[in-house]
Amino acid sequence: MNSKTIFINIFRWFVLLFVQVFLLRNLSFYNLSTPFIYILFILVLPFGIPNLLLFIIAFGTGLTLDSFYDTLGVHTTACVALAFVRILFISVSVNRDAFDEPEPSLGNMGFKWFSIYAILCIFVHHFVVFFLEAFKLSEFSYTLGRCALSVIFTLFLVLLVEFIFHNRKSN
Amino acid sequence: MRNLWIFINRYNAFFYFIIFFTVGIVLTLKNNVFQRSVTLNSTNEVVGSAYERLNVLKRYLNLGQVNDSLAVENAKLKTELISLKNIDSNKTIVVKDTVNQQQYTLLSAKVIKNSITQRNNIITINRGSDDGIVKDMAVISPNNGVVGFILNVSPHLATIRSLLHKETLISVNLKKNNAFGSLVWGDGNFDFRKAYVKEIPNHFKVNVGDTIVTSGAGGFPKGIQVGKVSKTQISTGDSFMTLEINLFNDFSTLQYVYIIKNRLAEEQKTLETQTPNEQ
Repeated sequence: MNSKTIFINIFRWFVLLFVQVFLLRNLSFYNLSTPFIYILFILVLPFGIPNLLLFIIAFGTGLTLDSFYDTLGVHTTACVALAFVRILFISVSVNRDAFDEPEPSLGNMGFKWFSIYAILCIFVHHFVVFFLEAFKLSEFSYTLGRCALSVIFTLFLVLLVEFIFHNRKSN
Repeated sequence: MRNLWIFINRYNAFFYFIIFFTVGIVLTLKNNVFQRSVTLNSTNEVVGSAYERLNVLKRYLNLGQVNDSLAVENAKLKTELISLKNIDSNKTIVVKDTVNQQQYTLLSAKVIKNSITQRNNIITINRGSDDGIVKDMAVISPNNGVVGFILNVSPHLATIRSLLHKETLISVNLKKNNAFGSLVWGDGNFDFRKAYVKEIPNHFKVNVGDTIVTSGAGGFPKGIQVGKVSKTQISTGDSFMTLEINLFNDFSTLQYVYIIKNRLAEEQKTLETQTPNEQ
């Protein structure tokens, strides 16, 4: 992990959180579909990152967002869950010895792998967020519906961003 | 120990996850009012319902004991009921008195026969000389109002000269200014709800709605409410006026009465006969 990677990730962290807090926070379809693009940062952290560091970064990112959203704890928990799913999925689907790619981005891993990876991670994150927000099982189907619609919205944005930057990077 | 360490290290992601996730949940519960309240409520609900179930169970366990105690109580109440059926209540009621010793005691009696339609109405009650009733004792009704005086006494029964009687005359006064008058019935009035107060001096100002109470003379304790003034200034041509009043008690539905035993009646009578009558 060289300094360039660190710099890129820090830069990405700032940009994504800025966009999330100042733009996407005000964007919502009938309170049903709310995008959370900032988790892209955790999705595309380098492969070689130690688990503990990954968890700490996820925790910190969630905490930062929570302080802007006034929901202290909700996104933190969701990000930790996301980090765990990321570790599980990568350990199952990627051969650890053949890490020739620095990070799990769309350009590096291909559309099929990345979309499955993104859907899974985004779903887990959103599931935790929405159910911690609702915090009761009586509105289960409604919460699940909100969650699913938001997953679609976020996935659309994540793929959009990945497509835009993956072209530039490969050039 | 080493194996444990290897195990933890191998699945470190899971343990990190547990730790961080717990911290996240704790943060959520600590900092969000709604989530905290929901958690507290649901815990309370769980605990509460558990206690409820335990109570139901306990109730079943105690059922034998409860049954026994209920049976005992039932037996006791039944004995009481039988004894109550066989004797009738000879209750005395205490009236507060400024004299240190109790001057008046009340004895309840049931009305056996009553009439309201005649010129001179007599009421018969189920108490007699055996209960300590003597002639000319005052009688009041359980609600507000006076009934009359004892007329004749037999061992177990007595008759009352009701207020609705030509000869009945009760000393009353106006509650607000203590103006004396006499309560009478009759004089062309045969309505059992109305009576007249005579001999109130003309200089007293009386309004419709003023309360009439007993004056304390003639066997009645002072201050028993009799009725309300319904008509004033019925001119009689002299220095006294006559008031028409609505009685508080309803003679047509009289079921129980109280006989007033005046401890000092005999004393008062002997004292008053010693002084010569000025009239």
